[in-house]
Amino acid sequence: MRFSWPSPRHLFLAPLALIMAAPLIWMAITSIETPDQARQFPPVLIPHGIDWHNYTRAVDSAPFGAWYMNSIIVSLVVVVSNLVLCSLAAYAFARVRFFGSNVLFIALLATLMVPFQVILIPTFLIVRHMGLIDNVAALIFPNLVNAFGIFMLRQFFRTLPIELEEAARIDGCSRVGVLTKIVLPLSVPALSTLALIMLLWTWNDFLWPLVAINTEKHMTLQVGLSTFQGQHQTQWTVLMAGNVLALLPLVVAFLLTQRSFVRSIAASGVKG
Amino acid sequence: MRFLRSDHVTGWLLVLPATLVLLVFGLIPIGWSAVLSFQHNDLLSPPHWVGAANYQALRHDPVFRKSIHNTVVYTVLFVPISIAAALGVAVALNTRIRGISVYRTAVFVPVAVSTVATAIIFNWVFDPTYGIANWLLNELGISSQGFFQDPDQALYSIVAMTVWGWIGFDVIIYLAALQGIPQELLEAAAIDGAGRWATFRSVVLPLLSPATLFLVVWSTINALQLFDEIYNTTRGGPLQSTTVVVYYLWQQAFQFFQAGYGAAIAEVLLVAILVVTLLQFLVSRRAVHYTS
Repeated sequence: MRFSWPSPRHLFLAPLALIMAAPLIWMAITSIETPDQARQFPPVLIPHGIDWHNYTRAVDSAPFGAWYMNSIIVSLVVVVSNLVLCSLAAYAFARVRFFGSNVLFIALLATLMVPFQVILIPTFLIVRHMGLIDNVAALIFPNLVNAFGIFMLRQFFRTLPIELEEAARIDGCSRVGVLTKIVLPLSVPALSTLALIMLLWTWNDFLWPLVAINTEKHMTLQVGLSTFQGQHQTQWTVLMAGNVLALLPLVVAFLLTQRSFVRSIAASGVKG
Repeated sequence: MRFLRSDHVTGWLLVLPATLVLLVFGLIPIGWSAVLSFQHNDLLSPPHWVGAANYQALRHDPVFRKSIHNTVVYTVLFVPISIAAALGVAVALNTRIRGISVYRTAVFVPVAVSTVATAIIFNWVFDPTYGIANWLLNELGISSQGFFQDPDQALYSIVAMTVWGWIGFDVIIYLAALQGIPQELLEAAAIDGAGRWATFRSVVLPLLSPATLFLVVWSTINALQLFDEIYNTTRGGPLQSTTVVVYYLWQQAFQFFQAGYGAAIAEVLLVAILVVTLLQFLVSRRAVHYTS
């Protein structure tokens, strides 16, 4: 056995990891401190005992449950709808020759060139015209399809062996049958990547829900959290408890599925 | 009847739902935004045409100028700092030493934290009286700072906060690219007598250039669209030192109800993003190397 020195990389990586983790750790610590402990300088880094009151006060003072439900409903519908509608369109663009397909494909991709901030005002006017302002549906309809999903799935579908699909067609299988029975089962990695990206985008979206929703109980978690901050300014312990409640699901999901999470992000290269 | 079963009909039926959604919530708003920018629209009374008045007013609006200045300063700092830091961190993380998964997790976790949650955390971290940032500075012998509450520091504090929030994403992209570099190339460079630094400069860096291009374009677009982190920390203050373009757009449209004026800001932003992206791709044609 030869003794080996620890890698010198630790000297860089350990402080770096500490700096990256410190804001989150301090949030967690503050959330279990008493208000008096949080109002000390130098700060109390190791609290004596755990005070859960901040969490009960946060839940009592704001409809976190409703915010969770709204975020879950919106995210779920948007993810499923993107998987279905993007698959249908992407398959047509990948395999079906139809009149105008190239022009249409480019027109749809053009929507990716224009960031949402630019079309925020007309989108608001359209959704208001539909009578959906301050309704959770306002957060769903504009996001039912994303051109990015169509593009990504089309690229993936084109890498699949076409012989399988042709054989099925000759055996009398319909286009939709080929899509659901052959193409989609082979596309699980691409579909799960798309699902994860849409989930991150929708769950963390802020500007549009801020503009489209006014009533507290119709808010999503992000907008709710923002108003929660407005109502609890400088009540740091309660604020941090609310923040922990809000970010816990996604952080836990990330920690549990880190490998596939990271692979999906690397494959698509997108954070909302 | 044969026509009905043809690929033309099938194709259009398959793309129809997606096309309708993207038409109503993508293409129509793009055109409408341009139309709005030539109108007076207070979101309540019927709009009327004002020609180029919104654009002329923009030219003489000191807050708009300030917002452009702030956005440019933010972008010019955020993009190179976050990408260079991510490159260094990714290279350091691209190894199999004890505890590497802990280090990676610590760097990646902020990717799963929303912009709003990040902002709330940093309001507390940067609190001038009780925050740990000042505690750390004091420990290092530096006096306490005002951070978000100091007009001279607020924008730089926003840069620091967003680098924390975004670096994990950049590192993921770089790590994937680093792991895609064929080992033979690095061995060949070593056999040819190249040192570590020379190998990094002449072999690794060029092979990473597609990832770098992607990160530069993506980070720039996101930096030009900064909003969430401003809204949830400084609200454009103090003294408009963090009023960025999208924040000003939102203020004009949804606080002051000047939707036409807001749309004009949006059009300027769109042109700026398209021009900057195009320039980046043009420059990249000379600097980016793709492996076959």
